[in-house]
Amino acid sequence: MTDRRADEDAGETAGPTRREDEALLTGRAEYTDDLSDPNATHLAFVRSEYGHAEIGGIDTTAAAGIEGVLGVYTWDDIAVSESPGVLPTSTGSLDCEVPAHPVLARDRVRYQGQPIAAVVAEDRYRARDAVDAVSVEYDPLEAVVDSVAATAEDAPTLFDGAPDNVAATTDQGDREATEEAFADPENVVDVELENNRLISSALEPRAALAEYDAAEDRFTVTMTSQSPHGHRRKLAHTLGLSERQIRVISPSVGGGFGHKGHHHPGEAMAAWCARDLERPVKWTATRSANYLEGAHGRDHRTTAELAIDDDGTIRGLRVETHANVGGYGLDGGASMPGWYGGLLSSQYRIPAIHCETHAIFTNTAPVHSYRGAGRPEAIYVTERLVDVAARELGVDPVELRRRNVIEPDQFPYETPVGASYDSGDYERGLEEALELADYDDLRARGREREDGRLRGVGVACYTESTGGGFESGVVRVHRDGGVTVSAGTHSHGQGHGTTYAHLVADVLEIPTDDIDVMEGDSDSIPTGTGTFGSRSTITGGSAVVESAEAVLAKARRFAAARLEVEPDEVAYANGEFSVRDGDEGGSRSGDDTADTVSFADVAGMAYGWGVPEDMDPGLEETTFYEPDGTAYTFGTHVAVVAIDPETGELELERYVAVDDCGERLEPTIVEGQVHGGVAQGIGQAVSERASYDGDGTLLTNSLDSYAVPRASHLPEIETGQTVTPSPRNPLGVKGIGEAGTIAAPPTVVNAVVDALAHLGVRHVDMPLTDETIWRAIRDSR
Amino acid sequence: MATHDIELTVNETEVELTVDSRTLLVHALRDELGYTGPKVGCESSKCGACTVELDGDAVKSCTVLAVQTDGASVQTVEGFADEDGELHPIQEQFSAEHGLQCGYCTPGMVTTTKHLLESNPDPSREEIRKALKGNICRCTGYQNVVDAVESAAAALAPAESEGESASGDDVDLRTDYPTPGED
Amino acid sequence: MFPPQFDYHRASSIDDALELLERHAADDPRILAGGHSLLPDLKNGRASPRALVDIGEIDALRGIGSGADVESGADSGADETAIGALTTYADILESDRLQRHAPVLTDATSVLADLQIRNRGTIGGNLTAAEPGADLPAATLAADATVRVRGPDGERAIDAAAFLGADGSEPALRERELVTEVRVPHVEAGGYAKKTHPASGYAMVGVAAVLETDDGTITDARVAATGVLERVVRLAAVEDALVGARVESKTIEAAAERAGETIEPADARSDDHASGEFRVHLLSTYAERALERAVDRVAAGAGGTGTAGDLE
Repeated sequence: MTDRRADEDAGETAGPTRREDEALLTGRAEYTDDLSDPNATHLAFVRSEYGHAEIGGIDTTAAAGIEGVLGVYTWDDIAVSESPGVLPTSTGSLDCEVPAHPVLARDRVRYQGQPIAAVVAEDRYRARDAVDAVSVEYDPLEAVVDSVAATAEDAPTLFDGAPDNVAATTDQGDREATEEAFADPENVVDVELENNRLISSALEPRAALAEYDAAEDRFTVTMTSQSPHGHRRKLAHTLGLSERQIRVISPSVGGGFGHKGHHHPGEAMAAWCARDLERPVKWTATRSANYLEGAHGRDHRTTAELAIDDDGTIRGLRVETHANVGGYGLDGGASMPGWYGGLLSSQYRIPAIHCETHAIFTNTAPVHSYRGAGRPEAIYVTERLVDVAARELGVDPVELRRRNVIEPDQFPYETPVGASYDSGDYERGLEEALELADYDDLRARGREREDGRLRGVGVACYTESTGGGFESGVVRVHRDGGVTVSAGTHSHGQGHGTTYAHLVADVLEIPTDDIDVMEGDSDSIPTGTGTFGSRSTITGGSAVVESAEAVLAKARRFAAARLEVEPDEVAYANGEFSVRDGDEGGSRSGDDTADTVSFADVAGMAYGWGVPEDMDPGLEETTFYEPDGTAYTFGTHVAVVAIDPETGELELERYVAVDDCGERLEPTIVEGQVHGGVAQGIGQAVSERASYDGDGTLLTNSLDSYAVPRASHLPEIETGQTVTPSPRNPLGVKGIGEAGTIAAPPTVVNAVVDALAHLGVRHVDMPLTDETIWRAIRDSR
Repeated sequence: MATHDIELTVNETEVELTVDSRTLLVHALRDELGYTGPKVGCESSKCGACTVELDGDAVKSCTVLAVQTDGASVQTVEGFADEDGELHPIQEQFSAEHGLQCGYCTPGMVTTTKHLLESNPDPSREEIRKALKGNICRCTGYQNVVDAVESAAAALAPAESEGESASGDDVDLRTDYPTPGED
Repeated sequence: MFPPQFDYHRASSIDDALELLERHAADDPRILAGGHSLLPDLKNGRASPRALVDIGEIDALRGIGSGADVESGADSGADETAIGALTTYADILESDRLQRHAPVLTDATSVLADLQIRNRGTIGGNLTAAEPGADLPAATLAADATVRVRGPDGERAIDAAAFLGADGSEPALRERELVTEVRVPHVEAGGYAKKTHPASGYAMVGVAAVLETDDGTITDARVAATGVLERVVRLAAVEDALVGARVESKTIEAAAERAGETIEPADARSDDHASGEFRVHLLSTYAERALERAVDRVAAGAGGTGTAGDLE
């Protein structure tokens, strides 16, 4: 392949990194709330003040009387409408029968912030006034917010259909083999840990602008979506429509991180109200509404044991976890914990693994995928356990990892928990990271620093499953040779426009300037799965490349007809078809036959009069691509910390990330993904926790109380790489979006525990706030 | 409820507007005037996505009433590029250093950066990080943002003073007092 | 996100502001200065006045007087600086005079909130709101500042402790009074140390310290803490231990050790990031850091013989 990028990278001047940037930098990019429609109305919700309550009554009279208020709705209005009014729930893998999340509360609320009533007004401010004017009578019920406490016999029950609050219990791995491994082990090491509940905190809150065309009985919903076709399906479910009746457009979106793949009442109610009022309805969540309604992420309470020989050989891993799924199963949120165990083997040969997962309802916001979605939880368990084991066996944690790491010749490697690792050289990644961090020197320098602080070095390895599901990719060549590429993924920071244009330009050997990339319109794009799970380059990228290759093959046949040679006699370079060197073109009719034909000429032929007899007109290909299996990204991260033992203050002095995501198509974008993921992972490790009081009141309901990292909270991130292509997709790529959120938490916690180990500290739960560290030190004394 | 007729200058264009007492500047800019560069990311004056220049100062337009800006001059990110559409050097460097991903925080970041570099043309990385305290980015981990600010500082520096900073630039007024004649 | 409805009135002078407050007394009027406490409160439903009186255009309330009363122009003496109520944090930071003569105030201002908020928030608004964890109340208390206010009954000067309610009484500002000016006595040995709350940006714990010394002996010490209790508080035990002692690090350390003595952890503020017990524990460390900054300035000033204003 000719690298179209070579030209662009030439020269000293730093050009724009991404084609998306200019619109974003100048304020021209349009996010959902930026869309202006003079006829638009504004939707806002009355949300439950309580974590658990029966609704006694709702008085909407005063609200309805406010000037400029167009509608005030409760469940009673939904119930008599033609829409089911409930959010889809994947109940297939659950052990219970529970009702789905209604868009407005029926008679009971199960988490603080659950929508009870909806108001629509001429402007945002009136809508707010109307929300204030609705009065709700609550009959508060006892609440339970902790997943372990919720399984106690006397715990309050959320749903009659799940009397013990258990949504599902799932087994992964081999229970018998694992019990055998633990039957007579040389050593057993255990940890009990909590994976803190997080809020994804994309900077743009969720929003939708819904329009209803009564003549066509058709909706257009412009919304903050990572998955336009996915949301179309979910909206159809809630509204009781066919997917063909809904067009979902996802314009510029200000960060997703999983949260904008989920389906919540806001977008559905905007659509429902748009039909009822026959006016466009805009809904934009406030930050606090976004925090209250979730979906939140993580929130596991876990016990784990490792059976390990004296020489450090790992024999077995046994895990039991309680996963808090919140007040309702949202989409697959309640069944998602069931596959969390898939990465428990991390980078190691562990002959026997068993994991039992309990998905538990509590009076908290629904929990669903957040950047990593099960993978950070699993890797955290194993990487903490390996560190604890190393300390108890008296070996360096790195040495213990080396002893158990899967060797390069063992791929594909089947883990006992169902993962099939595609390719890797795990030890090389480990060694690269250690070298970049200068690990031996750090170890030699010891724990005590000259300034009285304690130094700690933490290492964690990880694997990450990436690229599940299928994706669509279309390459449409226009008559003048211009190209529109589209895919069912959605870019909200990942730079697909740049990546896809480069990929297609590489295949078609035309300038990227001749290529437009389109995402985020369910009417214009055949179908799609969306962007999440570090999947877009693997699936969307491969789909558009396969389409581009098919386009080129067809173009070659057109060119052959024009050049009067066989297709395999046609050479193609830099946008021009010619007769291949050495092929004299014996079949050519004479001197006036063209020697070359351009890509644009071929496009003209494809749509012109007189298409060659044995060919169909048109130059457009659609691919529905599914990879030949999961691609497993991997890497090793190293953190160096300094802790003030008096105050517990933690400084992240260094952070080193060495990641292997196969081929790096856009190295700058890949690094950006690593930076962002690490930053969020550090956020989980040191400051972020969504916390509820015992009544189900969210204590961290704003940026005043939920601590997302600021610039000054984060270290410089030093990056390195190894490159092991994946054999499971034509690009050899692996996803990189979530690596940082997976690797950083155990890396940082391992470093902190390393700094405190001499005091007898064995484990500290995240987030490692100053107080948490101070208490760990104090309690060890 | 009282409404007020106000006049202000936005990106060098004079506009007249009728606003409610309670209308926030960010909503007047976005909903009334169509300047959607400033974004709303929170309601507690923490995220900085709504940062604009108000009479030359970077401020959070969610924490200013529109009526307070009667007679004032506002610049949003829409006013950064020059008349020919050439990006401002800060905008250029944010792109060159990949200092933006989803772009939602970017108008605020760019505006704060401009203010920082006006008062401190050659900031250290630590100073940059501190100056960006009021601008949250959830995508980049800030690393490339800091790179972009550094590059923008270099791009904006007068050519003759590249390299060593002039003596006296780094005096900390808290502890070091230049004596007359020293400068 | 959206403030409730209110009427907005712009005052053209202090007298006009007082008149507007009087006229709209039934609407529970609030004074709008920089707005960086009031507007967040309005947006989050913590306040719902029916009238605001904007004093933002009263130029007489703005500025840092080099020894002059910013309002009347009268000389208030060379040993203090008058800061108009509408003076922004950024203006305070840019004042060489304050950097030099009231470093406790500029120290605290330099770590206050963020760049944008420092451009807009005002000292008068800050002290009036006196949010728990705000930095300036601690600094002004330690500085022994005087707050001048105007109201229906005329003008009065209130010492910072009474104004902030740090002396056990309720904060002294009465209804329909507004802050016009803060006067800060000149003391070179001052410093502020802050543990910033990772989410709110306010002080989890902040300590302001001001020392007056004579030939290496501490003659007066004022140490104030914010973030720990709902209001700022003087750390009397630390002050007692300092007065009469020599300016040296072991004295400082020993005195700072006593910072938490008089505060019960159960009374202290507590949230998800820091319990009351932890905040009280941090007091000693931050008292020591603040005192060290103050002492450093004693040391820096020891060699200097110039009088105030020499370099301005």
